[in-house]
Amino acid sequence: MDFQLTEDQEALREGIRSFCDGRFTFDALRELEEKTAVDRELWSELAEMGVFGLRLPESEGGVGLGFADAVLVFAELGRRLVPGPLAWTQLVAGRIDGAATGEVVVGGLDLRGPVGGPLVVEHLEQLDALVVLRRDGVARIDPRDLDGTLVERPLDPHTPIHRLASLPEGERIGDGADAARLRLEGAALVAGQLLGIAEMSQELATEYARTREQFGRPIGGFQAVKHILADAFTRQELARAAVYAAGATLDDPEVGSVARAVSTAKLVAGEVAMKNARACIQVHGGMGYTWEIPAHYYLKRTWVLENVFGTIDEHAEEMAEHVDADA
Amino acid sequence: MDLRYSESDQKFRAELRAWLRDAVPAHGDPPRGADWSERRDYDTAWQRKLYDAGYAGINWPKEFGGRDASLTEQLVYYEEVARARAPYVGVNFVGLLHGGPTLMAEGSPEQKERHIAPIIRGEQVWCQGFSEPGAGSDLAALSTRAELDGDAYVVSGHKIWTSFAQVADYCELLVRTDPNAPKHRGITWLAMSMDLPGIEIRPLPTLLGSGEFSEVFLENVRIPLECRVGAENDGWRITNVTLSFERGTAFASDMYQLQQSLRDLTALARRVTRDDASAWEDRALRREVGHLAAELDAIWAMVKYTVSEAGKTGVPGMTGSCIKLYYSELKQRLGEISMRLIGRAALARDDLDDLPSGEIVHSALQSLSLTIAAGSSQIQRNIISERILGLPREPR
Repeated sequence: MDFQLTEDQEALREGIRSFCDGRFTFDALRELEEKTAVDRELWSELAEMGVFGLRLPESEGGVGLGFADAVLVFAELGRRLVPGPLAWTQLVAGRIDGAATGEVVVGGLDLRGPVGGPLVVEHLEQLDALVVLRRDGVARIDPRDLDGTLVERPLDPHTPIHRLASLPEGERIGDGADAARLRLEGAALVAGQLLGIAEMSQELATEYARTREQFGRPIGGFQAVKHILADAFTRQELARAAVYAAGATLDDPEVGSVARAVSTAKLVAGEVAMKNARACIQVHGGMGYTWEIPAHYYLKRTWVLENVFGTIDEHAEEMAEHVDADA
Repeated sequence: MDLRYSESDQKFRAELRAWLRDAVPAHGDPPRGADWSERRDYDTAWQRKLYDAGYAGINWPKEFGGRDASLTEQLVYYEEVARARAPYVGVNFVGLLHGGPTLMAEGSPEQKERHIAPIIRGEQVWCQGFSEPGAGSDLAALSTRAELDGDAYVVSGHKIWTSFAQVADYCELLVRTDPNAPKHRGITWLAMSMDLPGIEIRPLPTLLGSGEFSEVFLENVRIPLECRVGAENDGWRITNVTLSFERGTAFASDMYQLQQSLRDLTALARRVTRDDASAWEDRALRREVGHLAAELDAIWAMVKYTVSEAGKTGVPGMTGSCIKLYYSELKQRLGEISMRLIGRAALARDDLDDLPSGEIVHSALQSLSLTIAAGSSQIQRNIISERILGLPREPR
């Protein structure tokens, strides 16, 4: 056992981090606000970085890596709030032509869980294909066949949403087992993004606490503030272990239950991202409540990611079943 | 990133599991109640069995009689010991986790000779004389005075929270040898025999009503100079050698054990009735249990991550404080959920009907110590925010 990043994984992480740091600054994110059209150039840059073809075999034009690598990449995408249906497109690379190369943008809807509320789909205007996970199978739908209404004011300024009146059956591209598998894989990737959000929220808050002065000293010197940050860091490391374990377990299912590892990762990372994003707003004080400070972006994106591939409550119930089965 | 145990780890697991399968039931149940000498016998006899089987001092170097197991073998050890519900380290805790490791690092050849082999064989029990009424989280403020008089230190003072003092042979004692130096620089580490004249032990009952804690009063106790470990006034550094041992894997088995506790809770929920159905039908309870299960799995993954990190860098990671902080609060939550599950049976500290209320209440109450002992949660948060996040330090 060596539950640490390999040198290659360190290099992969550094590569994608420096790309994202350069390309997705907060200024760039501000410019991308409320844009519903696709930035195809950006998407093909991500494809060139290997984001979508990461797990495809090299013989099929991919990078030939596994889930342990994929969650690292997705954590970096989460840190910088890279917008778009990233997980869906990577999930179907190899299943839908053009997804791996970034020529085809794929979004999705996960209808396997007890979905509440209206039919809402993210990034619809950008999509070349929509994948739907149902209990009995996977379907591919042409977005042009959909009757969607753009929602004027989405929660997350980087996640435009459409409301659908109805959903056609679509073309069947997988069975119930495929749908279950894709949901697991998607949950692991999104858990990676949530880990990145948790990390960056903590780092932004810590940096602010180090420099912001009140009562003649940095607010990070007050225990009331620094203990919030210690908790945020602790939670982030808990989420990191859970997310990396999910990746490693997907790659090598003999080391444990894949379903259990993935539910753990999605639940823990979702909760930790939520708490850390809130902590980030709180530590920034009044500035944290403004649009100008990016803290709100992190909380809003967390909410988008919480509502895909199983919520905290759904995964908690699945975990209870695992415990019960072992009892 | 690889979570797979190697073939030799798995072989080690199989051997250990087979040994525990017979050894644990043969050792019987731990003595209940307040007979501490019975307790000492039970714990030290188990230590001796571990020693004879080659499993004592799992992380101790071979030259001191330990197994010198690899870090992953240590994880296997903690998993299997928890799984078999083997006896807890008990009265051997201080010797194995503090005193012994400190002497290995800092003791003279004679001191090593006198203490280390007896500790690992379960023949010598240690207690810890660090905290004082005026020196808790601020340990360096300790005021137990030691003055050199010929070939001995004459020591007077008052120690507190001393577990197993009444059955210990030796005490790792911190004393002030230079009252004029800055507080961290005037401290000395002594190995005090508990037989010396002038030592008075007064039990200090815990909120469980149990008596493992004592206050230790020292009045002109003459401790021979040869019992000083390291140099005079170098005790603070030596103490920190010990503390870094404690924050490593001290709670690993207990942490793994929580997963078993959660399975027990689930089985119990199926037997308890609520609203004319089994409590397990209560969706809110299931979510709470599932939520805890995820956090427990995550914290065990975090232990693996931290252990692997230590294997790579050669030093225990700073995240030991994070693990301790999260685990202790998690165990308290588990205790509270268990208390709620059994309803009014939680008013009893004995088993009522067929409910294990005695154990549940005991465990929930005992867990309250976890956020206080070995560096309170508030101190852990200071450590994390200062040493990892680089935020301004508290006054010292």
